[in-house]
Amino acid sequence: MGKSVLLIEDEPNIIEAISFILSRDGWAVATHSNGHDAVGVVQDKLPDLVILDVMLPGKSGYDILRELRDLDATRNLPVLMLTARGQVKDREMAERAGASRFMTKPFSNAEVLEAVRELVQP
Amino acid sequence: MARDTLTGSRIRERRVMAGMRQAELARNVGISASYLNLIEHNRRRIGGKLLMDIAQVLNVETSLLSEGAEAALIATLRESAADIGSLQVELDRVDEFAGRFPGWAALIAEQHRRLGSLERTAATLTDRLTHDPHLATSMHEMLTMVTAIRSTAGILADTKEIEPEWRNRFHRNLNEDSQRLAESSQQLVAYLDEAGDAGASLTLPQEDVQAMMESNKFRFDQLENASEVEMTTFLETQSDLTSSAARNLAGVALKQLAVDARIMPLEEMRARVGEGPIDPVAIARAFGATLPAVFRRLAVVSDEVLPMPLGLVMCDGSGTLMLRKPVEGFPLPRFSAACPKWPLFQALSRPMRPLRQRVTVTGRDARQFECFAVTKPVGRLEVNVDPLYHSYMLIVPVEGAVEAGREVGSTCRVCPSRDCEGRREPSLLAGGI
Repeated sequence: MGKSVLLIEDEPNIIEAISFILSRDGWAVATHSNGHDAVGVVQDKLPDLVILDVMLPGKSGYDILRELRDLDATRNLPVLMLTARGQVKDREMAERAGASRFMTKPFSNAEVLEAVRELVQP
Repeated sequence: MARDTLTGSRIRERRVMAGMRQAELARNVGISASYLNLIEHNRRRIGGKLLMDIAQVLNVETSLLSEGAEAALIATLRESAADIGSLQVELDRVDEFAGRFPGWAALIAEQHRRLGSLERTAATLTDRLTHDPHLATSMHEMLTMVTAIRSTAGILADTKEIEPEWRNRFHRNLNEDSQRLAESSQQLVAYLDEAGDAGASLTLPQEDVQAMMESNKFRFDQLENASEVEMTTFLETQSDLTSSAARNLAGVALKQLAVDARIMPLEEMRARVGEGPIDPVAIARAFGATLPAVFRRLAVVSDEVLPMPLGLVMCDGSGTLMLRKPVEGFPLPRFSAACPKWPLFQALSRPMRPLRQRVTVTGRDARQFECFAVTKPVGRLEVNVDPLYHSYMLIVPVEGAVEAGREVGSTCRVCPSRDCEGRREPSLLAGGI
């Protein structure tokens, strides 16, 4: 079984596409699509990597990430953040919240794969 | 006060600009310092050889002292020069320029005003793009759909062997996402079109209301007993009001003025204010009106019932000027922040305690005004809730003043006052000349 990725994203077709390409690359992919209980899901699954969208129903990706960084179990968990805003201040917010990497939509499949491989060494 | 009676004020201003003491100028032209002091306070007329001698010592044209140029025009020219700080503009000859080439000077001033207006428009548009929640949400949705389409299309293009079930699913997703993208794009274009047409508004509603008030010279006698329909019709025919927000704001202000007018009818006001010095407190008692209402009513009717118009300015608790009825000699800044020494702002720190203060406005004319100011809460009072406040200041010109008033300016940039603890930015007059 390959390394595990938890994709937290609310757009079904993006979930489907990213799940497909990561699965084909050998990753075990789990998905979740709302913000308010996302921290609990991460704690339960403790994946090797979280891909986290910024704008989620229930709670923002920034808030979820801050909570994860306050927990011992997830303090150092690699988190790739996805956002539709690429302004400098958004990048800075992601860095302050503790993002391992920040990716702006629309991204290519190759960029997602490359980022995931870099963040989690097999 | 007619402009030709302000020669003394102009002498004083030019002397201060030249950095010359009163005694020094007096000695150079062979008069006593006390006599020059009377001249500078417009309490002695001056002309002939003495005026020419003073002009010579001050190195200015005699006509600049006797006639001067339009103060507002000169102030705008100075502001214009300050905005282009990289150019060496002969600020010390601004009077001469405005006097000799009034048409060109007016053109520069107008261009400066227009530039300021365009800059504010650009700032408003930028602000809208940055903070418009509808725009931000629409863009986010579109980018999300583009991401889904790009990712799905990439899978179909790059994956050599893909199960028919997955291929069909991705084709269906592509079709769905492209339809949603098309709909979102149309909605966004419609929204941008609407925002552009609405004039939605590039001017602030308060500015529209101010423009409407000035267009009507602050007189709305026909609306004193207007019905709701008549009021609405009037507001809809005012070209200065470019948005529904401006019309709503204007409606509130006009209804307030109508109430003032019913409490203090024109003829009764005429009879009362003709009896001596302006006494807003006595008027308030006589009519059973509040002081802010008396201030508003006096300012509105003064053009007709008094020998000289009165000015009025109103601000909220943040100090933002919300209503301005200008009066000659007391410049009210349009966009920049006003002088913190105005009694208007002092009143904010002592709500419901009216104050009266004699002020001398710095600058060319150095005119004196009697200012009445009062701050009152807005809306209903609630337990343990700090009220919001509006502050009002009535500006009454003073003729032939003999007592010194507290120096106040218009705004820091065009105020020559030195050593002012309230200064926020350098003065063009103190630093530039």
